Amino acid sequence: MTRKIRIASGQGFWGDWLEAPARQVEGGPIDYLMMDYLAEVTMSIMQKQRSRDPALGYARDFVPLMEHILPDLVRKGIRVTSNAGGVNPRACADAVLDVARRHNLAGKVRIAIVTGDDVFDRLNSFERRGHSLANMDTGEPLAAVRDRVLSANVYLGAQPVVDALAAGANVVITGRVTDTGLTLGPMMHAFEWRGDDYDRLASGTVAGHIIECGAQCSGGNCLVGWERIPAMEEPGYPIIEAAEDGTFVVIKHEGTGGRVSVPSVTEQLVYEMGDPANYLTPDVIADFTTIRLRRAGKDRVRVTGVRGRAPTDLLKVSVSYFYGYKAVGTLVYAWPDAYKKAKRADRILRARLERLGLAFEEILTEFVGVDATHGRLAGPPSPDIPEVQLRVGVRAREREPVARFTREIAPLILNGPPSVTGFAGGRPKVEEIVAYWPALVAKSEIKSKVEILKA
Amino acid sequence: MSQRAKATKRRKVQLVRLAHARSGDKGDTANVGLIALKPAYYPLLRDQVTASRVARHFRGLITGGVERYELPNLNALNFLLHGALGGGGTLSLKTDAQGKVFSTALLRMEITVPPSLHVD
Repeated sequence: MTRKIRIASGQGFWGDWLEAPARQVEGGPIDYLMMDYLAEVTMSIMQKQRSRDPALGYARDFVPLMEHILPDLVRKGIRVTSNAGGVNPRACADAVLDVARRHNLAGKVRIAIVTGDDVFDRLNSFERRGHSLANMDTGEPLAAVRDRVLSANVYLGAQPVVDALAAGANVVITGRVTDTGLTLGPMMHAFEWRGDDYDRLASGTVAGHIIECGAQCSGGNCLVGWERIPAMEEPGYPIIEAAEDGTFVVIKHEGTGGRVSVPSVTEQLVYEMGDPANYLTPDVIADFTTIRLRRAGKDRVRVTGVRGRAPTDLLKVSVSYFYGYKAVGTLVYAWPDAYKKAKRADRILRARLERLGLAFEEILTEFVGVDATHGRLAGPPSPDIPEVQLRVGVRAREREPVARFTREIAPLILNGPPSVTGFAGGRPKVEEIVAYWPALVAKSEIKSKVEILKA
Repeated sequence: MSQRAKATKRRKVQLVRLAHARSGDKGDTANVGLIALKPAYYPLLRDQVTASRVARHFRGLITGGVERYELPNLNALNFLLHGALGGGGTLSLKTDAQGKVFSTALLRMEITVPPSLHVD
């Protein structure tokens, strides 16, 4: 009998279903609880929060969650891997240590913080030594936006997570570790996989990709038979049951809603995919064209065959920088001639903006109910369409024109086309735009660090 | 046209009856994974849903080119639609700033199906 381990996904992003982690802990046996909180833009939001309060800058949901489940985790020996630390893993760990002490868990909780991903203070030295940190999409050197950079974090791989688990941590709190590394790490640790066992590492990476978006592989957002997917008011979040040879089964707890099927898992596999033969991570290059999926019973999908190759000697850096301002305003026009009225209102609004001489980088008009999601592919609307939402967005480098725009929506209610409503929210908000700058840096520049804190 | 002629005629079928899909974003690029609902449909997708056909389908809706990758192991194709998201990420003013519903926009495309192939 070969040993299996179970890694459960508890969160797919910061803002995911708050009940999911506790349901994973209480719903059946698991060994690890993996929680991914970080999307591309999340780090810059956290950076902003830390600049206002040095005790912030991490996924705050994580602390009340630990309040609820930490005693259970300790009692059952379940270990947590999470990138909830954001730009401030230490503050996150301190808050969880407080929780542990309040629950009289002193001596029973070891928290690991993984750092070394934050390279904001090293950008100048990178540039001096010839790393241009060119934008991976546009090729522009970082110098173009250098004075507006707000955060810079390297994507670390699974290795520091492995080190943290080897040091006996019950809770591993990281900064910018890859989403997949949080799942691969426990497998590498439990099965003592070597760092050059690329097929196994690729398999663990695929497992991580499948569960990193939570229920999006177990019935959520699933197009195939969506109306017949059962009990979506309490979907089972996915669990990886992995074997030493790298093969695994995707399952969920018994008695939960949702569905784990070949179609549900396939949809998640192709989500946010680039070149499928070259899925790059710091640990391995996984080849998604080698994945074999097979139904292995109700709500069980077996994954085999994954092949991998040595990773590159580069790491991805996620840089965020201040870009400018935007705002979006909406109004709803009712039958008859709803679409015509909305179009007329748009023309009036644009004429007024032009007369004010406001300079925008872009003005975008969408007619929700007509063309907002599929554009011209949707075809012409019914002449009897019951209502249309006019949705106008503007973007500028300066705040002033955007702020002025937000005052031009409401007047249309009384001085524009008739049968208009839907302005309950007041003036649109001016939003600051923090933009994302993907770049690469040599692996040799980066040293991750693992530190153990005891309650 | 006689019933017999109708039965042997190749017919147009919308992709939504042959495939499912999921889409997402990477910067200003949307990816659409197109997955055959049955293995028998995959060769039709591979032969007809080409990168240039998809570029034509989305003409006016994206500003860049289209790349295609094959995943025969999953009966799937992956498309990268460049310049699809109005600048992408936080810059975009679009309702679908993250390209979540380019998936079903692709499923509006029609392809030709041979008479011998049964489509549910």
